[in-house]
Amino acid sequence: MSQLKKGQTHKVTLTLNGSVRSGDCEARTLLSDFLRHELGVTGTHVGCEHGVCGACTVQIDGVAQRSCLTLAVQVEGRRVDTVEGLSGPEDGLSGLQAAFRRNHALQCGFCTAGILMSCEDYLRRKPDPSAAEVREMLSGHLCRCTGYTNIVKAVLETAAERRAAVSS
Amino acid sequence: MKPYAFDYLAAGSAQEAVALLAQLGGDARILAGGQSLMAVLNMRLAQPSALVDISATADLNYVRVESGHLIVGAAATQASVEWRAGLAGEVPLLALAIPSISHFQIRNRGTVCGSVAHADPSAELPLVLTALDGEVVLRNKKSRRSLKAREFFRGMLTTARQPDELVEEVRFPLARPGQRVAFLEFAARHGDFAIASAAAVGHGRLIRLAVGGVADRPIVREWEGLDESVIDDALNEFAWDLQAQDDHHASARFRRHLVRRLGKKAIKAVQAKEA
Repeated sequence: MSQLKKGQTHKVTLTLNGSVRSGDCEARTLLSDFLRHELGVTGTHVGCEHGVCGACTVQIDGVAQRSCLTLAVQVEGRRVDTVEGLSGPEDGLSGLQAAFRRNHALQCGFCTAGILMSCEDYLRRKPDPSAAEVREMLSGHLCRCTGYTNIVKAVLETAAERRAAVSS
Repeated sequence: MKPYAFDYLAAGSAQEAVALLAQLGGDARILAGGQSLMAVLNMRLAQPSALVDISATADLNYVRVESGHLIVGAAATQASVEWRAGLAGEVPLLALAIPSISHFQIRNRGTVCGSVAHADPSAELPLVLTALDGEVVLRNKKSRRSLKAREFFRGMLTTARQPDELVEEVRFPLARPGQRVAFLEFAARHGDFAIASAAAVGHGRLIRLAVGGVADRPIVREWEGLDESVIDDALNEFAWDLQAQDDHHASARFRRHLVRRLGKKAIKAVQAKEA
């Protein structure tokens, strides 16, 4: 059992986008704030802070989840992936990110980081989704610019590309 | 929005979790998936002195079929049930209802037992558990007890759970041969809280209809056969008995209308499959 007292700061160590990182936080610190304020990784955005908007979605051990509904102390020893990890420094955009650009699947970009993290998890589990299934998955994200249609196109295009790459 | 400060205790086992509840008293809260609790903490609608985290408690993270039930442990996520290959054959009503629980990203972290323990009257899992006459297993430091869903849910966000008890697991009866099920929900947008929902279970001439989102908890009614000539009256009576309230989502009148419409569609669906 680990016990953390209120008001005290605790050290949390995690694997962030493949690198081991640590920082200090209180037990009540949200993962979203820990990533942005303590680790300085600001690609993950914070919108509603009660799980509705989806902007803060990250992957914990590969599973897309809300970082605003997760405590930083809960990711001790775990793998956390954020939008910064999708493309390497020299790789340029990932396939999914490139499809978003091609299809104009973002405009202001505020919601995009969270959407990308959801899509990557979803496509691993469901490589051949229907448009309706993609829309159902995207219902966990609010986007006020695109009207979603181009996001659905980008996700379906990426799924098709990946299936073609696997079969060839 | 930041939660008020609390002590944080990660339970290494189920036994440790109930020992901590006994020691900390009623002001401690269990943190499982946190998909309701963390939002409430962020808005400071609750300010517990301590959180007992069971989200990584290995001996509470299980989903298994045993003695005619699908048994879901307190740390098992909704996604772990949703993505089960055999779910549609095991508990088809769960397979129908789970996609309406909030969103993919929430189900990835939210737990089945957490939703049952939270007892939101419009939530899908309490409705399904009630419709199927499932059970909730409560455990404290000294003992365990098992309650039927109708004994467990007591009112709006209120259950029979005592402060020192953990909802250790919930048990959904497996589908019996010849059983037919239907699930329907009306919400403003997909994934929103249901304004009204209906789950029907048919077996032989027996029909059970559970309604969520209208009364202060899911309510079930049973009929032995329900012919075309009596179905409207039966549903109208049920709709009025639920004592719907006006709120900012919908009027009581609209909710009664939804009970009649969704109820009839759900019942027709389980009757149609009989032929």
